[in-house]
Amino acid sequence: MIALGQFLEVLIGGLMSGVLYSLVALGFVLIFKASGVFNFAQGAMVLLAGLALVRSLDLLVANGFPIWIAIVLGIGFAAVIMAITAWLIERFVIGPLVNQNALTLFMSTIGVTFVLEGAAQMIFGSDVYPLRLFPTDIWLLFESHFPGGILVNQLDVWGGLIAGILVAGLAIFFQQTKTGRALRAVADDHMAAQSVGIPIGWIWFVVWLVAGLVALVAATVWGTKLGVQFSITFLALKALPVLIIGGLTSVPGAIVGGLIVGAGEKLAEVFLGSHIGGGIEYWFAYVLALAVLLVRPQGLFGERIIERI
Amino acid sequence: MAIGGKQARENKTRYRKNGLNEEESYMVRNKLLLAAAILSGGAFASPAAAQSEQFIPILSYRTGAYAVNGVPYANGVADYYNLVNERDGGINGVKLLVEECETGYATDKGVECYERLKGKGPTGAAFFNPLSTGITFALTEKTTTDKIPIITMGYGRADSKNGAVFAYNFPLLGTYWSAADIAIQHVAKEVGGFDKLKGKKISLLYHDSPYGKEPIPMLQVLAKKYGFEFTPIPVTHPGVEQKSQWLSIRQNRPDYVLVWGWGVMNGTAVKEAAAVAYPRDKMIGVWWSGAEPDVQPAGDQAVGYKALMLQHGAGKFPVHADIEKYVYAKGMGASEPGKIGEVLYNRGMVNAMLGVEAIRKAQEKFGKKPLTGEQVRWGLENLNLSEARLKELGFEGMLKPIKISCSDHEGARDGRVQQWDGKGWKIISDWYTANQTETEPLVDEVSAKYAADKKIQPRDCSKES
Amino acid sequence: MLYREAGQFKTTYAEDMAIFPIRQDRMALAILLGIAFIGVPLLADFDIWPFGSDYLLRAILLPFLILALAAIGVNILVGYCGQISLGSGAFMAIGAYSAYKLGTGVHIPLAWLGFAISIPPLPVLLSILLGGLAAAVVGILFGIPSLRIKGLYLAVATLAAQFFFDWVFLRVPWFTNYAPSGSVSAPTLDFFGLNVGTPIERYMLCLIFVTVFAFLAKNLVRGNLGRQWMAIRDMDIAAELIGIRPLYAKLTAFAVSSFIIGVAGALWAFVYLGSWEPLAFSIERSLQLLFMVIIGGLGSIMGSFIGAAFILILPIMLNLLPTQLGVPLSTETITHLEFIIFGSLICYLLIKEPHGFARLISIGKEKLRLWPFPY
Repeated sequence: MIALGQFLEVLIGGLMSGVLYSLVALGFVLIFKASGVFNFAQGAMVLLAGLALVRSLDLLVANGFPIWIAIVLGIGFAAVIMAITAWLIERFVIGPLVNQNALTLFMSTIGVTFVLEGAAQMIFGSDVYPLRLFPTDIWLLFESHFPGGILVNQLDVWGGLIAGILVAGLAIFFQQTKTGRALRAVADDHMAAQSVGIPIGWIWFVVWLVAGLVALVAATVWGTKLGVQFSITFLALKALPVLIIGGLTSVPGAIVGGLIVGAGEKLAEVFLGSHIGGGIEYWFAYVLALAVLLVRPQGLFGERIIERI
Repeated sequence: MAIGGKQARENKTRYRKNGLNEEESYMVRNKLLLAAAILSGGAFASPAAAQSEQFIPILSYRTGAYAVNGVPYANGVADYYNLVNERDGGINGVKLLVEECETGYATDKGVECYERLKGKGPTGAAFFNPLSTGITFALTEKTTTDKIPIITMGYGRADSKNGAVFAYNFPLLGTYWSAADIAIQHVAKEVGGFDKLKGKKISLLYHDSPYGKEPIPMLQVLAKKYGFEFTPIPVTHPGVEQKSQWLSIRQNRPDYVLVWGWGVMNGTAVKEAAAVAYPRDKMIGVWWSGAEPDVQPAGDQAVGYKALMLQHGAGKFPVHADIEKYVYAKGMGASEPGKIGEVLYNRGMVNAMLGVEAIRKAQEKFGKKPLTGEQVRWGLENLNLSEARLKELGFEGMLKPIKISCSDHEGARDGRVQQWDGKGWKIISDWYTANQTETEPLVDEVSAKYAADKKIQPRDCSKES
Repeated sequence: MLYREAGQFKTTYAEDMAIFPIRQDRMALAILLGIAFIGVPLLADFDIWPFGSDYLLRAILLPFLILALAAIGVNILVGYCGQISLGSGAFMAIGAYSAYKLGTGVHIPLAWLGFAISIPPLPVLLSILLGGLAAAVVGILFGIPSLRIKGLYLAVATLAAQFFFDWVFLRVPWFTNYAPSGSVSAPTLDFFGLNVGTPIERYMLCLIFVTVFAFLAKNLVRGNLGRQWMAIRDMDIAAELIGIRPLYAKLTAFAVSSFIIGVAGALWAFVYLGSWEPLAFSIERSLQLLFMVIIGGLGSIMGSFIGAAFILILPIMLNLLPTQLGVPLSTETITHLEFIIFGSLICYLLIKEPHGFARLISIGKEKLRLWPFPY
């Protein structure tokens, strides 16, 4: 008999973890939406952003800067690094590869992953660097209703809040700003967008930059959770099922996909995994994604794929 | 005029082009030669290698998911070999020639490194130490064919303790089965005796790989004997996501959680334990889950976390003073000076020391010259370090005496328990010695099965000297 | 000059439809096979450079041959049929573990039915081939969603196979014959009484496998089935309209591809590693294979070989280079540089020639044909 309290706890914990995956998945969506590139390097970008932030932070604090100024400067430095990365990728990889098929673009981003992983570790080091930007204490809710209460981690709550703000911010950016609208135009049809005078190269740079900043945000949360280290790149693999459940082109889809994957995999692991040996959450997320795709081949919120001859 | 100018320019470009082509083809040829030279790899040892040097390969991982733990270990190994060269001028005058190869903790890269390095130096590799249970499994058969010993200090396959079957494997200082037994001994002591273990719940949070699975059969045997409830909980490689495991632990409330992790998994386990308010002092890590990088990122959350010690812990001993004097003062150190004396650094040093002493032992029999792997194997099997010898080496207090024999390739099976107090590791227990009556039947059973599968005729240890 | 078809007249249809209609191609192939089958063993037998040590054979040629075989399998699915798969590692694992089970004897106790299925240990050759067959069956199963899911969505969906089988071989002790650590080691490689043990024997074994399968694959892709696959790849709706059954074409592609990958997996485990764990067939392996196919050239058997060589050997070379040249760099820096250079080279190649080395070769051939005229 499954206790209701435990069920709720796992469900809530799962939903929260899912939102943290969404943070990584958002970066994928942005780039895919604007340029049709399935960016495998997102995980490596999280690593790079995290390392840039935590290393500059450590350096500034060691040199006697007050923590708040150090954080602001550190985030600024990491943002600059991400901007440079975005420019380099646009200029030397994605720009020249324009109009290639999706697979070639996908593989080129794996190439970029290698470069970023090597460079990030070579410049910033390959140790584990603790980062504490958010509280990691716990709350126990409804202790009167359930024995032991329902455990909620404050970091997860912060992660959820940040994801919410991020999505709202991106929505405003896409709907209200000129660059955002240009971005959507490019996403719809880049030939047409170019012919009305939208500078495509610039727009792609902006997209990669925004994806880099999203990676930076993800790095602050995940860095607090795990410590900034190489293994953070594995998050890309956790974000993929989120991405395809939500649909490759939908920002809200990334959040909903995250919720579904997070809740699904945690519930499966805790309640099903214990009967069949455990460790099932990795593949369960993918099988869940496969099941969703069989019903909706373009994901829940993806644009419908219409094929003509 | 204009036309003529253009023509001249064209001629010039063509000329230049041709020139370039020649240069290019020359470069290409050079590159090919270079490539061929590189490909030959082991065929030509680098010309700098003198004929009187002992070659020792280091398989390390300084990049990738497990670099966090791989780097300090590799530094300790490298620094100790350097020390032997700088302080003593090698082993009895035979200098050590060392080459490192990055495995990235991947089995196939480990095999490539092994092939690359096994034939180097005048006599080939003295021994291998892959620091990965997966690579150990893959190399076990190859090293036997190539007659090169493989030292797996504190890891590797537990059944290879039986030297009669595994002539070339040396799981020195303790296997995972010994570790499991020591951990349960400590739990028993904390709960007030072995009879109190009955009905207790003990979970094993393990890295889902041969490494993490190795202790399970031993723990099952112990669970049956003492009547505690044993639950293995796997964590998928690399272990960044452990929320569901810890939510299960929160519900089941085991009395103790043993942690068999490596790399990011250790730190995450400590943090997730804090996140579900599981008491850290009820967690006991194996000796690979008890180093500084495992607890430092968790900050205060790690206070109280316990781990087994592979005899030694952190801290500096007389040998460290030598390393600082002969290696770091000359700017040849591999590590950041502040990290000398960390747990994994010390372990790398101990590992290198045992290898060096084995070579020294083998030199007694085979002469003061570079030795082959087969000869070093004899040295390992007859290695006997007394308390006095350890003191001479500067390892007093880190290690207990160790004696290897044909039937016992483990040599010693002692351990202590340490606890993290937020700043450093404190030793909180006496010495435990793994109970061989528990481990031996399992070793015999599993190694006999291996011998039967591989059609190995076990050696008669009474006839070995 | 050398490469010219002039004067080669085809007088029968059979000649016109030969696998290699051009004489120079046949000669090049014969020379290549001659080197591989006779030259290498001879050199190795007399320990002549560069075969003075086992390194080249055991650490370069052996994995190269096996991965080239796997790359041919991946190429059939991705290059010829256009179905992107990131699950190749899983199919290698299925081949390896099935072959292991069959090679060590299968015992399935069916207690509730009152009897047990027992198969005695099969000969190694048979178990390797049956391992491939097992991979083919699973390949068909995981190919079914491809009828509905397309492109990158399919790629991510195939990861389900990858992670699921990683888990199965870790978790189900039956597959590892209840080995306590979950690591298994291959049975003795006994081929009809011939014990394959030395590096050169292993090399020859893999070479025979690769040659046979490469010829079979080459023949298959230019036949009816291959043409169906390519039609599906180029435009599946159009292919359907001209009467090609997508179900049949896609599933056969999955089956043939998984079969070859499975055999390669069994060889990788039995012949190269000897002892292995599921991590040997992880997602990294899948990505590596996909790289080989794309860098080598989609839809080219020859390309699979070149791609395998490039992706396998380049990182090793980059890693060896600084030590051999005596450049004082730490292992750490060398590895990081290896990553950076390798990644950059891949991007560079994709930009310069998105169709891979195979395309470069065909361009080269075309140029040779026209030489010395520039048109």
